[in-house]
Amino acid sequence: MTRELQFRDALREAMIEEMVRDERVFLMGEEVAEYNGAYKVSQGMLEQFGPRRIVDTPISETGFAGLGVGAAMYGLRPIIEFMSWSFCLVAADQIINNAPKMLYMSGGQFGCPIVFRGNNGAGGQLGSTHSWCVESMFATVPGLKVAIPSTPRDAKGLLKAAIRDNDPVFNLESERMLGLGARGDRDFSRYLHGKWAPPSVEEDSDFLIPFGVADVKKEGTDCTIVTAGRPVHFALEAAEHLEKEGINVEVIDCRTYRPLDIETIVRSVKKTNYCVVVDQCWPFASIASEIAMQIYERAMDDLDNKVIRVNNDDVPAAYSFPLEQEMLPHARKICEAVRSAMYVA
Amino acid sequence: MTTVTSGKSMTRASDSLDAAKLLDMLRMMMLIRRFEERTAQSFMQKQIGGFCHIYIGQEATAVGSIFALNPGDPVITAYRDHGHALARGMHPNHCMAEMFGKITGCAKGKGGSMHMFDRAHHMYGGHAIVGGQCPLGVGLAFATMYLGEEKVTVCYLGDGALNQGAFHEAMNLAAIWRLPIIFVVENNSYSMGTHIARGTSMANDLATKAHSYGMHYAECDGMDVLNTYDVFKPLADSVRGSTSKAMGVKEEKGIGPAFVNCKTYRFKGHSMSDPQKYRSKDEVAQFEQKDPINSLVNHLIERNHATQEQIEAMDERAKQIALDAVKFANESPFPGVEELYTDVYSQPFGPYKVGELPIMLRENP
Ligand SMILES: Cc1ncc(C[n+]2csc(CCOP(=O)(O)OP(=O)(O)O)c2C)c(N)n1
Ligand SMILES: [Mg+2]
Repeated sequence: MTRELQFRDALREAMIEEMVRDERVFLMGEEVAEYNGAYKVSQGMLEQFGPRRIVDTPISETGFAGLGVGAAMYGLRPIIEFMSWSFCLVAADQIINNAPKMLYMSGGQFGCPIVFRGNNGAGGQLGSTHSWCVESMFATVPGLKVAIPSTPRDAKGLLKAAIRDNDPVFNLESERMLGLGARGDRDFSRYLHGKWAPPSVEEDSDFLIPFGVADVKKEGTDCTIVTAGRPVHFALEAAEHLEKEGINVEVIDCRTYRPLDIETIVRSVKKTNYCVVVDQCWPFASIASEIAMQIYERAMDDLDNKVIRVNNDDVPAAYSFPLEQEMLPHARKICEAVRSAMYVA
Repeated sequence: MTTVTSGKSMTRASDSLDAAKLLDMLRMMMLIRRFEERTAQSFMQKQIGGFCHIYIGQEATAVGSIFALNPGDPVITAYRDHGHALARGMHPNHCMAEMFGKITGCAKGKGGSMHMFDRAHHMYGGHAIVGGQCPLGVGLAFATMYLGEEKVTVCYLGDGALNQGAFHEAMNLAAIWRLPIIFVVENNSYSMGTHIARGTSMANDLATKAHSYGMHYAECDGMDVLNTYDVFKPLADSVRGSTSKAMGVKEEKGIGPAFVNCKTYRFKGHSMSDPQKYRSKDEVAQFEQKDPINSLVNHLIERNHATQEQIEAMDERAKQIALDAVKFANESPFPGVEELYTDVYSQPFGPYKVGELPIMLRENP
């Protein structure tokens, strides 16, 4: 029996289980406590854990992100919620200059076991300042780990692993996915049926998904699609279309971009000989570029065509509905890329 | 230097406003109210997307302060910006069309509700990152000082922005260079669900924020458009054109920057999706008693500046303008996808193209 579970519930389960397990873990951020979370991820947690461990902050990202880093140096294990990753930019110095470099700069004396988490990517007509995809910007920083789950199962397993990890982890969630699962199987691709929900705490209190292990969301033989996060759903939608055309794609969900499981990707490319990389970041110096390059370095001879990248259009996110829809790395663009990669006219 | 004013002195700036000017103020507040009602309705009907913050309840703040300015004084604000845009003179059609994501919007549908820009009316934007507009405001004021212009910049912020580093750095820069800027806290007591007392130190004495930067402090009743005007008129006049020895002038002019605590209240939720469990219905009802529009109506009728019939006719007109704005927005086309690649660079290369200016700046509807 699989459980009916929304993405936001899975994130909450992960945090609750780890907070019960480890007294040092606390959650801090804007509206996480009394408001029950701007997106209801932390619903009920104030009641369960009290104001010492579920802490509301003012709109002071530099302050509370940095506070988290300091507390982590002292031995606590903070979970810092950004209402949106777009708002982390005002705290950039704390999260990319302090958190990831503390261990190195102290010669291994002070680690930084902290999780920063929140919504990433286009949220639905929020305009360019609120629609940041931060993965390519941050995956370039040594010392950081970047997780980007696409299902509640992965969200729970990765977040639990992130909280137990001794290094700083950025967990990139998506406002567009938080409610997925509310209407049961209708919400998501049939390829995910049976792979949607994580085990409950009774079934497995140590359900951890290790970092750097990709997941084949759909097996296939004809072309490899590499992606992660929300675009996994775009890729699966494309897979359904392509199936009708007789093209059987394999969809690989990286789950973490840093570390990146290049082995699984290469193994698939060696099987299919064609590859499309789908990434919701902007194309220039993107995750997609990096993955394509790593594929060339390891599997050039196995490719029957160049690797094709599908990214967000190379423009700031627009507010207007049709413009925003068009700029995303959506299913139609992915289908075109796969056909083009496979020389199907 | 660190004086306090409250607009409650013997001579009030608003005393010298004639009936026509007072009726203009009322007309603008009514327009904002009716416009925002249509905004909320259009959001419910899914014609407006994204985050949408309604200004109802706070009309007197934008109107009382902006009416105290000269037309060329720069204005900048946060994301609850429809009221400021209208009060500054943006045509309601372009404001509404922007929220509908249409090409006829003030930013061609690229910005949406939180990004109202109007170059012709010196409206330097709504800005969606809390506190982000404060350093920009300082930059506008710096530019006017640099160019030797007689201007005052007004930078609005929510009470929640008091807790951002950007705000404090902006205050400090304004103070050390005596920049001609007024920071206006639209203090509606809440940032989303957080009451100011939970999020801001010394919340009941914001004068300390101004005084710690050696800045002039004033406060006004943001539910009362005349009191707001009374505070802003003399203040804007004394801040306007401020100069600083630090910037090389021999004689300093003006009083330098100022900070105004404008006590107001939003009648609606933070955004269109806010269950409002953090405040009681009683509290909202209590403030609705102080409705800024009703207060001005009573004032005008008591002084025989207007009749009840005139007032009603004005309100009907406001409703019609708001309705027309919705119609205009509805009938306007969406931008074509080629608009994705315009306005990215002013000197384009590769896939980018020069954009046309918004219709708003090219013609009057
Ligand atoms: C840096 C940043 N953090 C968080 C947010 C999300 N956010 C948007 S509005 C808001 C509350 C702001 O309240 P206030 O400044 O009092 O303005 P009001 O809504 O009352 O007009 C928050 C937390 C944001 N936009 N920017
Ligand atoms: Mg507020």
